[in-house]
Amino acid sequence: MLTDITIGQFFPGGSFLHRMDARVKVILLFLFIVAIFIFDTPGGYAAMCAMTLGLGIASGVPLGMLARSIKPLWWILAFTFLIHLCSVPGEVIARAWIFEMTREGMVRGFFLCLRLVLLILLSSLLTFTTSPLALTDAIEALLRPLRSVGVPAHELAMMMTIALRFVPTLIEETDKIMKAQQSRGVDFESGNFIKRVMGMVPILVPLFISAFRRADELAMAMEARCYRGGEGRTQMKVLRVTHIDYTAIAATVIFFVVLTVLKVMGI
Amino acid sequence: MSFIEINDLSHVYHRGQADEIAALSHVSLKIDDGEFVAVLGANGSGKSTLAKHLNAILLPTGGSVVVDGMDTRDMAHLWDIRQEVGMVFQNPDNQIIAAVVEDDVAFGPENLGVPSDEIRKRVDDSLALVGMSDFARFAPHLLSGGQKQRIAIAGALAMHTRCLVLDEPTAMLDPVGRAEVLNAVRELHENEKITVIYITHFMEEAAAASRVVVMERGEVVVDDEPHGVFPCVEEMKKRGLDVPLASEVAWRLRKQGVKLPDNIISDDELVAAICR
Repeated sequence: MLTDITIGQFFPGGSFLHRMDARVKVILLFLFIVAIFIFDTPGGYAAMCAMTLGLGIASGVPLGMLARSIKPLWWILAFTFLIHLCSVPGEVIARAWIFEMTREGMVRGFFLCLRLVLLILLSSLLTFTTSPLALTDAIEALLRPLRSVGVPAHELAMMMTIALRFVPTLIEETDKIMKAQQSRGVDFESGNFIKRVMGMVPILVPLFISAFRRADELAMAMEARCYRGGEGRTQMKVLRVTHIDYTAIAATVIFFVVLTVLKVMGI
Repeated sequence: MSFIEINDLSHVYHRGQADEIAALSHVSLKIDDGEFVAVLGANGSGKSTLAKHLNAILLPTGGSVVVDGMDTRDMAHLWDIRQEVGMVFQNPDNQIIAAVVEDDVAFGPENLGVPSDEIRKRVDDSLALVGMSDFARFAPHLLSGGQKQRIAIAGALAMHTRCLVLDEPTAMLDPVGRAEVLNAVRELHENEKITVIYITHFMEEAAAASRVVVMERGEVVVDDEPHGVFPCVEEMKKRGLDVPLASEVAWRLRKQGVKLPDNIISDDELVAAICR
């Protein structure tokens, strides 16, 4: 259960998505997400789906792995679909108790779920093809203009780097603590909700204590390696916008033009 | 002038409070460029406190520590001292900062403001020196403990550190990992002329050093070469410390009346002496 989390799991490779500048990828992802909500015609969705699928194949990330990133949001998708299925007025296709399911609801629910799926898949593609450090560097670079209004760009990026680094370590540790507790008879699986939540306390307390201890040692190790904040710091991997990025930007623009044409023509 | 000069160093934790602890009292040591010093001592003898003084993580409450002519209390030299003296800590998981090996090794030089191309070169060289080039793009949590410690060593090397201070680097490792780390350190000492200060509980590791310092209750009680320290088996046991297995066997055999020289510290020496 604890190994299901795929966010922040970089899948190394050499595809053009891997070689793109992380800043460009973040900006293009943002534009794509906006586009998902603007171009809401069937033709638009078809084009977006084809594009996502194409990018997924081009990335070299196993498609099954990509699809698995939807799993944690499965319930939200199902819930969204059901709400729309039963709440949108229109031609009734089925009835259950007081709920009326409509054709229009089904269509709208389907498209909303499709939007969410596309959104998750595209975001996952970014995290699969971008090393966490490049991603944090990109976020730092994109936030840098906001430093003058007090946004601590470097500190945020460093926090993200450390958080990403310690996700697997803390997952492992949680697993160990759970097993240690279970071996002494703690039962996490049965009982009502309250009981199960209370059962988490003996996991959280040691986890927090150890996390604080880790933080303390990590801070010392960082100081020993001359860390003194973002001032005067250089980077090994400098983000560079290359011809791949220009090609990607051009392709995106063309793609959006096509989407606009489709929307105007009402397809 | 020695590379590291510790003069009458004292350190008191929580001074003036109820839980005041004198961790170090009047320690004086001189460590020359290119030495390999093993520091031994029971828990609470002040080994780690001493180590943390060597790159100004802790500052003396009495006496002074001078690294390459720079006093650690002088804030103007703080970063120069930390660049020259690299630290490796006990827990391999809690000193790796980045989620990719090569990015972690680059962390030190990045902090020092080294130009990008130069960092790349330093990272590649450092990883090669500890034999981890093939793992440059791995995630640290996929590595074994010994590999993680070698990454931590590479991280210090990439800062072009002249001296490595290792604070029980093998305490959490299995025997294979211990051997990996010790071999890496020995090679760096021999080939790169890196000064090594190696704190450990494992006597076999200490026997590899050129000098052994034994600490007890915050003081240095023995400072000699390994051949002078380990044959004194009874004295070491009294201090709550072990000796290498070979020294212990030789000592027991001598007590049984077997004629053996009294300077045996390694298996090879023991075998040679018995077979003679």
